[in-house]
Amino acid sequence: MRLKKNIASSESGFIFNPGTGDSFSANPIAAEIFLQLKDGNAVADIKKNILAKYDVDTNVLEKDWDDFNAQLREANLLDI
Amino acid sequence: MTKLAYERPLILKMNAGLMNKFGTRTEYEPVKQIDGMPVKRLIETYGSPVFVISERTIRTTYRNALRSFTTRYPKVQFAWSYKTNYINAVCNIFHQEGSWGEVVSGFEYRKALGNGVPGNQIIFNGPEKTTEELELAINNDSLIHIDHFEELYQLIDISDRMNKKPRVAIRVNMDTGVYPMWDRFGFNYENGTAWSALTKIVASGKLNLTGLHCHIGTYMMVTNAYTIAVNKLCDLAWNCKTQLNTVIQYIDMGGGFPTANDLRGAYLPAKDTIPSIDEFAEAITSALLNYGFSTAELPLLILETGRALIDEAGYLLGSVLANKRLSDGRRATIMDFGVNILFTSFWYEHKISPAQDFTHHTEDTVLYGPLCMNIDIVRQTITLPLLNRGDHVVVHRVGAYNMTQWMQFIQMRPNVVLIDEKGQDHLIRSAETLEYIEQMERMPEYLAPKPPKGA
Repeated sequence: MRLKKNIASSESGFIFNPGTGDSFSANPIAAEIFLQLKDGNAVADIKKNILAKYDVDTNVLEKDWDDFNAQLREANLLDI
Repeated sequence: MTKLAYERPLILKMNAGLMNKFGTRTEYEPVKQIDGMPVKRLIETYGSPVFVISERTIRTTYRNALRSFTTRYPKVQFAWSYKTNYINAVCNIFHQEGSWGEVVSGFEYRKALGNGVPGNQIIFNGPEKTTEELELAINNDSLIHIDHFEELYQLIDISDRMNKKPRVAIRVNMDTGVYPMWDRFGFNYENGTAWSALTKIVASGKLNLTGLHCHIGTYMMVTNAYTIAVNKLCDLAWNCKTQLNTVIQYIDMGGGFPTANDLRGAYLPAKDTIPSIDEFAEAITSALLNYGFSTAELPLLILETGRALIDEAGYLLGSVLANKRLSDGRRATIMDFGVNILFTSFWYEHKISPAQDFTHHTEDTVLYGPLCMNIDIVRQTITLPLLNRGDHVVVHRVGAYNMTQWMQFIQMRPNVVLIDEKGQDHLIRSAETLEYIEQMERMPEYLAPKPPKGA
């Protein structure tokens, strides 16, 4: 799961893809994940951080992570 | 350290272009309680899903509707439409308020009797009435509304045999400018069938013609149709007086008033388009008062309003079973209630509110029920906050027809709870059990399961 290099994002959850001109808004947790992905953090570490910080169990996060991955792919934000 | 509240990660594409003038978000506050009773507690106590009925709303709605008519017309009587919701506790709230019973089958007739409604305050409508049921209604001096000529002749025969003269009316169908025309019920006005039926009733000498009845449609969105209907019934009543020497004592305008539920496919929300009960009352009573009857001759006005009196008082509480993403990228949420118990979702876009706190982030979602059937769609599209498994929702305005048209299909029907005017909860219909469902089944001996050999 690697983001395209030229994707711009802000802490407030604004995401911009200069390649397509598309912009997106992310909810706070998606923005947080997005920034960590941009920083090059490993997926396992990001999940660990989320589990430590938020009231969520592993199974729910795992399911939602897969869905988030699908959202990013659908939005053409991943470097596949 | 307390962990932060979790919300699943979501990104939404921002679209430039024309704004949606109605906006997309409809829910700004969660609905955490009904008449002071926490949703969470109701679900903990009675399970999910569960129907909840507000007695306070029923009584308030009833009194407001009755006032709309009684402040405009001197003789008004409501008759509770059993088919709209015939759970006995619900019926008895209406009867306590002074409502008669309006039934459309022998089954409903016996329910009304069981609820203590005096026989002479039961209106017996509908196309099917057996000989035994008609005899019962005649003995109870009920108001029998004749639907077709077969029934008319059947009733004449029974009356002759019983040597009694039952009180009858005919149901009249007519063109009121609203389509489709409900001409399958009763006798048509325009082609003269209704007049023919009236003359036959009077000529028989066996029946006591006392009323005229119509029910021009359902979820009526124009008041003028009622004005037309009143005028046509008044024409018949006037002709009965002048040509048949029979005074029509009551005119029963049936029901058909809408509620604030949005119809599927409607462009504008119902609350912006439907007339109020006051407007319907104004149309009906003005037409009656202006027709030309003297004050002493004014017929009793009977109304069989169902939907408009109970819909608002009913809620369905349910829970999220799962979230998934469909092949085209749309979000889908599976609820623990479907079209089996929320029958009205076939024609309404029900308002659905989350029952717990949520953020301002929303997602367009298809709302599915739990049935393993493709038709089980509660909402084709709805904008909701991000719901998680186990989250609760409140479906609004489900009091009409759902608790009578619900199906025992795949799943069993849930508990129904009444919240009284003091905020106390009462179980008024228990959730079905396997034993309840199977008690009507019979097993031929050769098909009965046998113990395994050697057991």
